[in-house]
Amino acid sequence: MFDVLIIGAGIIGCATAYKLSQFNLNVLLLDKENDVSLGASRANTAIIHGGYDPDPATLMGKYNVKGVKRCIELVDILNIEFKKSGSLIIAFDENDLIKLDMYYDRGLLNGVEGMEMLDGEETHRREPNLSEEVIGALWVPESGVINPWEFTIAMAEVAVREGVQLELNQKVIDIQKASDCYLIKTETDQFQARYVVNAAGVYSDKIHNMVTEPAFKINPTRGQYFLLDRSAGETVKAVIFPCPTELTKGILISPTVHDNILVGPDSEVISDPEDTSTTRETLDFIAKQAQRSVPCLDFRCNIRNYSGIRANSDYNDFFVKISAPNFLDLAAIKSPGLTCAPIIAEEGIKLLAEEGLKLNKKANWDGTRKLIRFKEIPEAERADFIKENPEYGRIICRCEHITEGEIVTAIRRGLPIFSLDAIKRRAGSGLGRCQGGFCGPRVQEIITRETGISPLDILLDKAGSYILVDQTKNADKED
Amino acid sequence: MQNIKEYQLIVIGGGPAGLAAALGAAKNGLNDILIVERDKYLGGILNQCIHNGFGLHYFKEELTGPEYSKRFIDLLPETSIAVALDTMALNLENSEDWRYVHVMSSADGYRILRSRAVILAMGCRERTRMNIQIPGTRAAGIFNAGQAQLYVNIEGYMVGKKVIILGSGDVGLIMARRMTLEGAEVVACVEVMPYPGGLNRNIVQCLQDFDIPLYLSHTITDIKGQNRVEQVTVQEVDQNGKPIAGTEIYYDVDTVLLSVGLIPENELSREAGVPLDPRTSGPIVYENKETLAQGIFACGNVLHVHDLVDFVTEEAESAGHAAACFVQSGGCVKQDGKIISLKTDSNIGYTVPQQIRIDDVEKAVRVFFRVRKIFKEPSRIVFRDQSKSEIASFKRLFMFPAEMENVNLPRQLLEKISGTELTVSVEE
Amino acid sequence: MVQEIICIVCPRGCHLKVDPENDYEVTGNACPRGISYGKAELKNPTRVITSTVKIKGADLTRCPVKTNKAVPKAKMQEVMELINGVTLKAPVKVGDVIIERLLDTDASLVVCRDIG
Repeated sequence: MFDVLIIGAGIIGCATAYKLSQFNLNVLLLDKENDVSLGASRANTAIIHGGYDPDPATLMGKYNVKGVKRCIELVDILNIEFKKSGSLIIAFDENDLIKLDMYYDRGLLNGVEGMEMLDGEETHRREPNLSEEVIGALWVPESGVINPWEFTIAMAEVAVREGVQLELNQKVIDIQKASDCYLIKTETDQFQARYVVNAAGVYSDKIHNMVTEPAFKINPTRGQYFLLDRSAGETVKAVIFPCPTELTKGILISPTVHDNILVGPDSEVISDPEDTSTTRETLDFIAKQAQRSVPCLDFRCNIRNYSGIRANSDYNDFFVKISAPNFLDLAAIKSPGLTCAPIIAEEGIKLLAEEGLKLNKKANWDGTRKLIRFKEIPEAERADFIKENPEYGRIICRCEHITEGEIVTAIRRGLPIFSLDAIKRRAGSGLGRCQGGFCGPRVQEIITRETGISPLDILLDKAGSYILVDQTKNADKED
Repeated sequence: MQNIKEYQLIVIGGGPAGLAAALGAAKNGLNDILIVERDKYLGGILNQCIHNGFGLHYFKEELTGPEYSKRFIDLLPETSIAVALDTMALNLENSEDWRYVHVMSSADGYRILRSRAVILAMGCRERTRMNIQIPGTRAAGIFNAGQAQLYVNIEGYMVGKKVIILGSGDVGLIMARRMTLEGAEVVACVEVMPYPGGLNRNIVQCLQDFDIPLYLSHTITDIKGQNRVEQVTVQEVDQNGKPIAGTEIYYDVDTVLLSVGLIPENELSREAGVPLDPRTSGPIVYENKETLAQGIFACGNVLHVHDLVDFVTEEAESAGHAAACFVQSGGCVKQDGKIISLKTDSNIGYTVPQQIRIDDVEKAVRVFFRVRKIFKEPSRIVFRDQSKSEIASFKRLFMFPAEMENVNLPRQLLEKISGTELTVSVEE
Repeated sequence: MVQEIICIVCPRGCHLKVDPENDYEVTGNACPRGISYGKAELKNPTRVITSTVKIKGADLTRCPVKTNKAVPKAKMQEVMELINGVTLKAPVKVGDVIIERLLDTDASLVVCRDIG
């Protein structure tokens, strides 16, 4: 019997598991996929939003600025890639300037600090690559870009190290209320828990409906992106948002924590929440829109297109509620969900405590995560460091300069590894311009050595995404 | 600061270009040369190019890739060339007298080396599906042809059972044959251009021998399959390369191999401030393969993408020779002489070298270039100076973009040029 | 029946017409080398086969091999079956003969890379 069972190991589920791991509780974290962070948490805009946008009357408005502060604290504690780039909301005409005033006022109500209205000249001085047509901007310094999947994984890693149990490949198909607990059925197992947390992202309405009456409906919303290589040079310093119009919420242009440029997303409600394909028409549309803001964007430098599915809903706020006895919904988490995730988890735990969950702190909880990035070791210290740690002397990923040591420690940090992408998300190998073309076989070799999984069974990503079909020369049939 | 180890010459890359460059420099008197190679073996991409056809031009016989590189590797013990394997060059800095190379390996740790001259010989990488923006799902089963070649030929794994190939570059064609011989079914090869990207010999022996159809002016416009590739959509394209509606063909395949071009790998050069030519994606070089950054030379696929390794070898030997000359004389080229810039008309994609210092040309300078379309009828390659007067012309019966062309420009003709520009054009 | 083939002797790629019923007469060639290629390609097409074989006792698990002479094109599949059955033991040297007189041709299967 678990004290708390969390359904969904995205940013919300992992933040909740992380926060709960400091208490003497028996916690189980479930996910239907073969790794954490495989839904919206890995494919999004990666922005810690400043908080000028949400309606002050909503939880989004209430949590946003607190969320920024908490995220920035966690970045240090958990060793997550983050860049406090700030954001610029740009105006092309008088109408846009009026909107900027509105955002400014809303930002003040939400507690956003340090905002500034910039004229055209100052805007161009700060961002010389912006279109000549830009006539002003709202500067929001307390915001930035983060590595969102690393954020999620880091919290899961610490949670598991501190005693949370993680079960992957467990898709919940039914939930029953028993006298003193819930029975949670997956395709292969059954679990019992006194408290259940619904953090199922685009499936959070389905999980909710297994327990109680429908209260909201998720409208899975797909957004497509370009990731442009840093060889193009520094194109923008801050996250560039155009003002939303009737037609589009606006295509943003953002630096990433890896110094690449992210461009997107569009917004399209789709029927299949697993459909993360990209389409020609939409990519062309995004490129055109983005070049309106930053004309020099060179889409020949594209190193990746992807799309993410956001858990938008017909409920115009986060759905953070006790919806049935001992059943907590952390549902319908859309933008700025990444920014608000730590606060959503904290507020959720308060609600669980009000439901009677006993929160006794562990004596020796360690909420920190340490890891070494070769790139961050100062040049003068590298020789000594590698003498002590020779695995950090071998570069595996040529594009991003990721070493064998970083890959090996990523595998050893405790979450099970089934795929090359799992390593990519943990160590950063294969994220660069060759997209794993060179390092894939080397990473497979290391996974096999460390875990014993046959190279034939190492996946690219989710279940079913096999890379190799068999050995040549029928060699697998002999040995 | 640790002790900085010194060399006369550091060659970055131990593939065919790096090997020939180091040997060329040794032959011309350098005795303190280091090759830095990131792999555990010398030979570079040739190790996985197990097909034959290498060396016809240079050795007058047909060799496989590993046999070709062995010819050079076997010469190393007779020289004083040192080799650092499993070692990555992370950083290159240029100063007046020295080139600083930061290298790293498990065995020797992080080291800063310096040398009088550096030869860049890092080769190239493949353009990816994302570079050419094929939409669709992010399923497994989409490989670059060279990546598949590594899996099949070196690692001993098959990457798919039913395969379609996009791009008719040589690596793609070679892999069509390899996959077929190893038991896979290759359903088609699709090429967006109206002509093949690879050599005729490979069209015949890798596709026709196995009845694999080649669709010119076609491309892949969509990839389906949630986790592994299940289906691709192929469409005919118009003259502008835009897909034509209604021409869709659907192939149920589990694998897509891409052979859609190679890109010189110049991250190290860029960071060292070596000026690059956007047309080749390689460094701009003078007649002796010296880049515009003094003391840094370049050769092989890092300079421009070759189709024959034999030319890589020749180019690298001459770069090695020039680097040796540079080291021995402390910079052998007078910087104040006349420099001619080579320009191209729209029929020619690029030239290497891009600049010629006349004083440094002994008898003649060999100029490499590629045409941008097929010339089936006899035509002339014409060099004109700024006064439009014809300096030199060369006859060709035919020219193809897939085949690198070269001509020799004698010094005496270069001396006649008025102005500092020479434009190369094709006149039919 | 007249057959059309692409000449591979040089990059030009002439489309040759070869008539087996007329002493393999070749037309469409731009040079004499096309004639000999066209005749040979229809009378007795041959190919050098390159592949890999398993190898034990080394870091590498596959060793590149080739037929040291061209073998009849029709025998390619049969040669591949022989190749697939081979397992070498390291060390091997370039030129080491693995199978002599493959399928009674005068070609041998030889090692193409020093391993071990």
